[in-house]
Amino acid sequence: MTATAVQPRPGDPAITPALVAEHGLTPDEYDRLVAMLGRTPTFTELGVVSAMWSEHCSYKHSRPQLRTLPTEAPWVLQGPGENAGVIAVGDGLAVAFKIESHNHPSAVEPYQGAATGVGGILRDVFTMGARPIALLNSLRFGSLDSPRNRWLFANVVKGIGDYGNCVGVPTVGGEIVFDPAYDGNPLVNAMCVGLLREDELIRAVAQGVGNPIIAVGARTGRDGIHGASFASEDLSDENEAKRPRVQVGDPFTEKLLLEASLELIRSGHIVAIQDMGAAGLTSSSAEMASRGDVGVVIDTTKVPVREPGMTPYETLLSESQERMLVVAKRGHESDVRAILEKWDLLAEVIGEVIAEPVYRVMEGDRVVAEFPGTALVTNCPTYTPPAAESPAIAALRQRDVHAVPERPEEADPAWTLRTLLATPTIASKAWAYRQYDSTVRASTMVGPGSDAAVVRLPGTTRAIALCVDCNGRYVYLEPRTGAQIAVAEAARNVACSGAVPKAITNNLNFGNPKKPETFHQLVEAVRGMGEACRVLETPVTGGNVSLYNESPAGAVYPTPTVGMVGLVDDLAHVTRSTFPAAGHTIVLLGDCTDELGGSEYLNTIHGLVAGAPPRVDLAGEKRLIGALHAAITAGRVASAHDVSDGGLLVAVAECCIGDRERPVGAELELGAFDALPARAVRFGEAQGRVVVATAQPDAVLETARAHGVPARVIGRTTSDDALVISDHGRTWRVGLAALADAFHDAIPTRMTRPATAGAEA
Amino acid sequence: MKVGVVTFPGSNCDDDAVAAVAAVGAVPVRLWHKAHDLQGADAIVLPGGFSYGDYLRAGAIARFAPIMREVIAFAERGGPVIGICNGFQILCEAQLLPGALLRNDSLQFRSETVALRVETTATRFTARYAPGQVLRIPIAHGDGRYTADAGTLAALEGDGRVVFRYVRPDGTRDDAAATPNGAMHAIAGIVNTAGNVLGMMPHPERALDAALGSADGLPLFEGLFATVSA
Repeated sequence: MTATAVQPRPGDPAITPALVAEHGLTPDEYDRLVAMLGRTPTFTELGVVSAMWSEHCSYKHSRPQLRTLPTEAPWVLQGPGENAGVIAVGDGLAVAFKIESHNHPSAVEPYQGAATGVGGILRDVFTMGARPIALLNSLRFGSLDSPRNRWLFANVVKGIGDYGNCVGVPTVGGEIVFDPAYDGNPLVNAMCVGLLREDELIRAVAQGVGNPIIAVGARTGRDGIHGASFASEDLSDENEAKRPRVQVGDPFTEKLLLEASLELIRSGHIVAIQDMGAAGLTSSSAEMASRGDVGVVIDTTKVPVREPGMTPYETLLSESQERMLVVAKRGHESDVRAILEKWDLLAEVIGEVIAEPVYRVMEGDRVVAEFPGTALVTNCPTYTPPAAESPAIAALRQRDVHAVPERPEEADPAWTLRTLLATPTIASKAWAYRQYDSTVRASTMVGPGSDAAVVRLPGTTRAIALCVDCNGRYVYLEPRTGAQIAVAEAARNVACSGAVPKAITNNLNFGNPKKPETFHQLVEAVRGMGEACRVLETPVTGGNVSLYNESPAGAVYPTPTVGMVGLVDDLAHVTRSTFPAAGHTIVLLGDCTDELGGSEYLNTIHGLVAGAPPRVDLAGEKRLIGALHAAITAGRVASAHDVSDGGLLVAVAECCIGDRERPVGAELELGAFDALPARAVRFGEAQGRVVVATAQPDAVLETARAHGVPARVIGRTTSDDALVISDHGRTWRVGLAALADAFHDAIPTRMTRPATAGAEA
Repeated sequence: MKVGVVTFPGSNCDDDAVAAVAAVGAVPVRLWHKAHDLQGADAIVLPGGFSYGDYLRAGAIARFAPIMREVIAFAERGGPVIGICNGFQILCEAQLLPGALLRNDSLQFRSETVALRVETTATRFTARYAPGQVLRIPIAHGDGRYTADAGTLAALEGDGRVVFRYVRPDGTRDDAAATPNGAMHAIAGIVNTAGNVLGMMPHPERALDAALGSADGLPLFEGLFATVSA
């Protein structure tokens, strides 16, 4: 069969410039397609290319930037380009992990959008041969003062919970930020971590001429068609009409598919497996063929469908959930079918691997689409459009924030502290995470609400520490520094829990890259992330890019979320963030410096997003992590908590009242920092700091000195029911109950108000 | 001693139950929902999860799985059966236990560690606890509001068949504040009249190791092991 055999199907619309534009292809991209085919594409081919060359599938604006990131280390078994990254964790074990966004679907249909985001990332991990053992999520919403944002928040949380809870994978951590920058375009990034033996690792590489290609799992329906393209454009007021592009999840089927897939992988009957995720059957088959540098032929009439009359266009582009594409060993078809039948799932042979270098789609006897070689995957153009910083943002950064006058209420610093603790971004997120099963699989040592989650690796004395982090406000004000801080903070968080940071997965959430100010943010953020990953020796093993995060109100804050995996060598080293008891000495590792720019203090107390984000010394962060690790492994650390949003006093208050049932008092003597402005010491967000409680302060100070890390005793934990602070010649106290009420009740109180899909109630 | 752990489609605590059984020295036997044979198990655990997706009603479909015919016959012969979370829901649907588990009064899923008081040590499952002992055990459910008619509740209370109750951490009762799901009489677990079938919403199999927060579930499995091996 030759390319000339491709004919339009009866009833296909004519290929017009308008139809091409509707499919999101630029005139140049269309010309490229025509040149690649040597003819006019059919409607089916146009649909296929529209999906494959969408930003979501092709990474066309980000790929040249992503290539600059470090991806290698001796412990990295699988870097970017697969369904998930994989690192070795010792004893022949490995963990597979990845983060992925579901922002656009969640903006329109938050429950299903978030649920299917969890479903997709689970499949990315178990297709590597790994059993999912932990989920995390990184969420951004507009202010909870808006009923629509409360509706989005409530339904995203419910969607995440209902899906992960049913599949039986614990949701162990995450972060949630509320900021008007995310009004109309929430961010929903889900991360999954799975455990496998190194020899169970399987890659999604089609191989072996004559091997059958098998569709597995749920039937294909008309849902989610063009989801990948939808994810590649700005959100507009017309998005409500795009709700049908959002897929519908079925976690029960996912659970069956998870068990069946792992059984299949371990059976030896298959050579490759891939999720039918974005752009469904099209991208899964084309990507597997491209990785194996083989040809494939697929017959859409063989695909099990939910309803009759589906066209090849619809079958190829459907994003129906809970489906997998498998390349089996020839002659093992019935074995594959038997495993799927055990789990009450379908398995149908829909095509095969062929020698001819071509990607061919049949509808019965008719060729409806055919692309030469692996061009569908490899021939997508990449773009490096103009980049230029927004002068308005540069001006904000250069503003002298130290000149901002204090509010009258700030005469009482306890007011400021309580107000910061009650800010939803800082406040306890228990309202959300107590809807997530965090203890299923009986391995969660530290669950949601600590600096990092810690999950024991069954059968070993080791654990992994996991966190997701990004401060979008920092990245907005100075993308390179902001992205460096995202990596440094994530590394600090896993180090506080007793782990050595090992690798990251990243989720780059940005606006429209065709705007020079947005592309500038992307370029600079990726640069900063790469620099930090090199110094901290945490390579990037994969991730996801989500662009066009814009609503009519504008772009979101550039949010390059970091998902960090660290390794705890010995369960005895697992460390929590809250003070365990009275009578410990409080040591500050790192130094207080005069930082206010980009702080939560300015944002919450003064409604101001301005100034330069805090400076970050990456080599100093590396030394800090080393010192912390040495102190923890020597058994000298009772608790460790990193200083981030809200600064030193918020961090100490969280240590006191983070565990509401077991509050611990503290006395701080901060006179040593009196040369600095009081508010910079109390609430500034200088980087590279960790609050440690210890029974051996001299040893901790000595360890810090040996690692070249500034350290100082700043107080002690008490059995008093207050946090007592001495600075600038005065001593002030704030009751633990008042702090706890501010921190723990902030979100529940807001969520008692009505939540509606309408913009305003 | 062999303990059968049933896997329904959608069970997701079966691995944890198997580990709990092994932790007390018993031999776990995995029982598939389509099977008709308990493989000589001396006791049965119906684990947590979302059998059949909780579609229709939690436990309503699992109750008709082929293996359940054997489990019901085993229970009626006096064989020990524990249903945890979804397993408790299945036991109620199968009418091995009275009452029903309705949607939590918060209308939200609840995942947290709760305080449970041991209301009776006169069952084989709780013989290893002290009377009135307060346990810390995780819960994770959306449908845990135990509900029964007044006569059933009176019988449960009168017969001492309320095994676990949600209480404050100090062991005192405060049903409004301490019950995470609105359960009547703050009931977290009950046994049948013969005392051989236990249903409970909390997850003792997640409380076997102080490193994970609590080892308070261990005596329950030890008690089961002791009585069956005796």
